Amino acid sequence: MRLRRMRLRATGRWLQVSEVTQTVHGDRPARKPKAPKIPRTDMPCQPAAQRAANFEEVTLGYDSDMAMLEASRCLLCKKPKCVLGCPVGIDIPAVVRMIAAGDPAGAIAKLKETTSFPAVCGRVCPQEEQCEQLCVLGVKQEPVAIGRLERYAADWEFAHGTTGEDAATTPQIAPRKGKHVGVVGSGPAGLTCAGELAKMGYDVTLYEALHKPGGVLVYGIPEFRLPKAIVARECEYVESLGVKFKMDHVIGRTLTVDQMLADGHDAIFLANGAGLPSFMNIPGENLNGVYSANEFLTRSNLMKAYRFPEYDTPIAVGKRVAVIGGGNVAMDAARTALRLGAEVHLIYRRTLDEMPARTEEIHHAEEEGIVFDLLANPTQIIGDEDGWVKEIEVIDMELGEPDASGRRRPVPLEGSERRIPVDVVIVSVGTNANPLLTKSTSGLDLTKWGNIVADEHTLATSKERVFAGGDIVTGAATVILAMGAGKTGARSIDRYLQGEPLLTAEEEEAVKGPSHQTAVAS
Amino acid sequence: MKKWHRRARLEPKWFDEGNGKKEDMYQILSKVDYSDDVFMQVIEAPAVAAACQAGQFIILMIHEEGERIPLTIADFDREAGTITIVVQAVGTSTRHLQTLGKGDSLTSFIGPLGQPSEIEKVGTVICAAGGVGVAPIYPIARALKEAGNKVICIMAARNESLLFWEDKLREVSDELIVTTDDGSRGRKCLVTEPLKELCEAGGIDLVYAIGPGVMMKFCAKTTEAYGVKTFVSLNSIMVDGTGMCGGCRVSVGGETKFVCVDGPEFDGHQVDFDVLMSRQRQYLKQEKASLDAYLSHASGQDESATDATATDATACNRAVAASV
Repeated sequence: MRLRRMRLRATGRWLQVSEVTQTVHGDRPARKPKAPKIPRTDMPCQPAAQRAANFEEVTLGYDSDMAMLEASRCLLCKKPKCVLGCPVGIDIPAVVRMIAAGDPAGAIAKLKETTSFPAVCGRVCPQEEQCEQLCVLGVKQEPVAIGRLERYAADWEFAHGTTGEDAATTPQIAPRKGKHVGVVGSGPAGLTCAGELAKMGYDVTLYEALHKPGGVLVYGIPEFRLPKAIVARECEYVESLGVKFKMDHVIGRTLTVDQMLADGHDAIFLANGAGLPSFMNIPGENLNGVYSANEFLTRSNLMKAYRFPEYDTPIAVGKRVAVIGGGNVAMDAARTALRLGAEVHLIYRRTLDEMPARTEEIHHAEEEGIVFDLLANPTQIIGDEDGWVKEIEVIDMELGEPDASGRRRPVPLEGSERRIPVDVVIVSVGTNANPLLTKSTSGLDLTKWGNIVADEHTLATSKERVFAGGDIVTGAATVILAMGAGKTGARSIDRYLQGEPLLTAEEEEAVKGPSHQTAVAS
Repeated sequence: MKKWHRRARLEPKWFDEGNGKKEDMYQILSKVDYSDDVFMQVIEAPAVAAACQAGQFIILMIHEEGERIPLTIADFDREAGTITIVVQAVGTSTRHLQTLGKGDSLTSFIGPLGQPSEIEKVGTVICAAGGVGVAPIYPIARALKEAGNKVICIMAARNESLLFWEDKLREVSDELIVTTDDGSRGRKCLVTEPLKELCEAGGIDLVYAIGPGVMMKFCAKTTEAYGVKTFVSLNSIMVDGTGMCGGCRVSVGGETKFVCVDGPEFDGHQVDFDVLMSRQRQYLKQEKASLDAYLSHASGQDESATDATATDATACNRAVAASV
């Protein structure tokens, strides 16, 4: 017999409900009963062998029974630590409580008070490093699966179509303020910022360089991890708030920021993303069959090359593919290549422990049959007479002393070079800032890496009326951090356009020492 | 024929009529065929026309399942808000584009991309164009002429039927030399011959060479011997055209450069043309498979007959890749 344990917040009474009999056992028991140890509810997945050959979503999400059971594990801490771990500060206990009580509509309404895209965050946030890491239940057992519950609530909303006019979550849109804000980039930061500003009553135009909105959610994250239908729905939601989308606009080329400012935009939020792929600068990188992860994923995700020739964009699939790198992007590229039918070797110079990718992604990749070639670093790529990749040479590494980042530095083992026969190489070693926008904008301070300098708390840049957030400021980071930046940007732009200080006195106190200067651009 | 394949869509259609996206379609205002394979289209794209300069390129998409096709801007009219492109039909996408004419629309038209040509008064400039290279060289020659240079144009093609824009180019050049491989018009020689003679005679300050990779390679080789600075405009394979994919990378002076962001024009004496041409051949097999499917379809099969499922497409993709 499964027991659910619930605590009624109003009275503080403990209830134990038997799912079989639906009876309540005991009213305020004499002794606080020992919490029944409900194990963390697993999320159903497509079996590894099956999913390795299709592009459908790997994880299938909770049904309502699973969600209620999982939510019932929450201890409802008085001072919930999980909230501290959330970059946008979602009222997690409230959401979990509503799901436990069988009220997903309430849960989604609560979520949407804080985050604009729960269906996305529930899938791609690294919860194990954020909310779930701080979950008190995680000390002795496994933490509450907050991410999966978030996803459940969002998917429930989609399934029940409450995004319409009569929806519980129809957002309140403030009276029009008659001011026009331009947002550059329709990735997570730009979409969030545009949505928030529209809700505040601003006229917002969102500029996107590609032909589809969504940024990295569309070109970067594969279908099997984040279905594009979800991204499209989230974009439609933002459009429903009154945001005007302008596709095919490359800011810095089609229009410059200075032109936008002169042309009726009262303020601008720059969220144009991480940009140019890095290569390793080893011999053979320009051979045919060598891709940046960006290109491989863009071809497959944005251009749908995985459905070539139905879609016109081709992709070189390869029989044996080497993916270089250990981040989430490397994992996405490897799992995409696998689904296209290749044998995939992931080459990473440290060990699994240091790998920056999410544990869940590494786990899924292993299950699907990606071969991990760890403690190995590429030294050159060798081509055949037609200019195609034939082999990759790697050198074995060992871990030495920890470096500045605290990770043990890999050191090459002299003379351990070996060659792996491959016909496609995907390089996933990070990105540099894209110069198109920044170089064409006057008076915008950049870091030595080409990222935009923006105030940490207000996101104001060195240029009047211009704010910036997301990867173009931080370098490649996570979706949720970008969304957080979008929110902050919207708040700052609102205050700026209302003639208020960018930070309230309290916030100033909280985040800064007395000597710090306000970051209002001047 | 509008769309040769219509598929069930997995995603909600972003560009549906009625949600305000329709106005973002780009209309083809006119089309002229120059030969069996080469055609010109004038496309309404006011934002691109307002910003573009000589030497830049655009990316277009015919429909949502299409490729992003990079094409150099052949001409532009800021007042009318139009861009002119000249295209040689080679693969599926360009063949498909060839079937479109006045009144048809493109789903995407993005630009201007790449760096504009650096137009200065330097003295005497040769503009050498091979094949459809005439189109991109035209706005450059015009700008050079307007900047006060003496402009000598050389236009080269395999035969007379492939020549176009001779009058247009003559208008903006002080001297125009026409060559064909078979002598059907102008001199019977390769483009490099008059180029060499002019360099030999001296007084040339700058050369622009635009055309197929091999033509640019040999133009650059020719001028290198005389130490005449030579710009070439590279046409590598790319996806987004904004620096994001890195597929267009070329080796220039031993350094890796992105054509879309750093180019498309580079110092021809520094470019590794062999890498460029090799990378251009990267998808030959897939391109052929795709074109065969397109042509067999276009030759009158029932549309539903080629409605492959996603699984079939993936299997086909694999088959193609395996043969690469």
